[in-house]
Amino acid sequence: MPAGVPFPRLRAMADPGALLEPLIPALRRYAYALLHDHAAADDLVQDTLERALSRWSSRRPGGELRAWLFAILRNLHIDAYRQARRHGTEVEIDEVDHRETATRQEAALEARDALAALEQLPEEQKSLLLLIGVEDFSYEEAARVLGVPIGTVMSRLSRARQRLRSIVEHGPVALLRRVK
Amino acid sequence: MTGEDVPIGEDELQAFVDERLDGPRRDAVEAHLARHPELRERIAAERRQRASLRAQLQGKAAEPIPARLRIATLQAARRARLARRMCLIAAAVAIFVVGGSAGWFANGLRPAQPVLTAQAPTTAIAQGAAAAYRTFVVEVAHPVEVGVAQETHLLQWLSKRLGHKLEAPDLAPFGYRLMGGRLLPGGRGAAAQLMYEDSAGKRLTLYVRAADGTETAFRFQQEGDAATFAWIDQGFGFAVTATASREELLPIAEAVYKGLTPKG
Repeated sequence: MPAGVPFPRLRAMADPGALLEPLIPALRRYAYALLHDHAAADDLVQDTLERALSRWSSRRPGGELRAWLFAILRNLHIDAYRQARRHGTEVEIDEVDHRETATRQEAALEARDALAALEQLPEEQKSLLLLIGVEDFSYEEAARVLGVPIGTVMSRLSRARQRLRSIVEHGPVALLRRVK
Repeated sequence: MTGEDVPIGEDELQAFVDERLDGPRRDAVEAHLARHPELRERIAAERRQRASLRAQLQGKAAEPIPARLRIATLQAARRARLARRMCLIAAAVAIFVVGGSAGWFANGLRPAQPVLTAQAPTTAIAQGAAAAYRTFVVEVAHPVEVGVAQETHLLQWLSKRLGHKLEAPDLAPFGYRLMGGRLLPGGRGAAAQLMYEDSAGKRLTLYVRAADGTETAFRFQQEGDAATFAWIDQGFGFAVTATASREELLPIAEAVYKGLTPKG
């Protein structure tokens, strides 16, 4: 085809907004499910988009945009978590007490709540359940975001679902006891 | 036909939960689940939880995108940041230029001095040398950083930092012997100061640092008691400073100039 790159694709390459914006609702959902905090989730999405824009020209042209974006978001999330751990938690004592009480009171209610149960899982299991179960990523795409082989994705997905089911059915306390 | 002997993989069960299994394998899994109530229960629970998670999060993706996350907003902020950075760079350049020309003007505002040749770079060298002289010539305990006992080391060290092979001129004919030297901040890089002393304890310094220009005539400067001859030779500025008159200092400066002419 001598005409070369078709016009709409050229336009899309020039304007990241046209490619990025359709993915923002899913990014916000993933961020919220990871953080359980609306404002913090939007901060994470903003950081993700800013990084994506700053690296826009260096991204692989044939690469999957969605997997690329979700991987950026996940890596920023993991880095922030690591940093928070390194600097110690910044939660005040009063707040901890309040949260613990609330957790205990709501434990029974939350036992059947899949989203609340998700919070009890480690990040990788959360991401697996969200990317595959909610965002409809293919197993290959999820493997790319998580940086693991696809076989690993399948076995870890199975383990994550069993763990979630255990939390939903028995509650986090029962799980803690079982883990001991 | 889906016989009992068809083995089912865990990956197929997961694909079944995700509703990604089609055709005969889906039939096989369903048949298998029909025969295994406990597994059927587990898979049903996993499907329910998947559906529940999707339902609970559906509203989040349906929300309108907040203004601050619109790509146009982020791009505008990004452009503003870049522009601000360019402004800072421009401001830094402007300050540098103003600083530079202020130096030129200050040079012009210094009319009463006995000037042999008015050259801005030599002025800077002379001033740097005079300042260093004032600071260290009064030092009793530590007039030098490295003493003359380690002369070889001293000259190697200063030469390396200066990027110029430095040799300590022999000023014995003038009654001055080398005490040692030190490294100082000077201009864009480092400056070296060699200190000499005569038998009466009078001190003289030789100051060297990188400077713009290839060659200039001597510039004389008097600041209080301290007299300085400065010149530039092949990219380096030199200054000889001592508590002496211009007539006393000139032959020393000439001797240093002849002795220091850069080799290579």
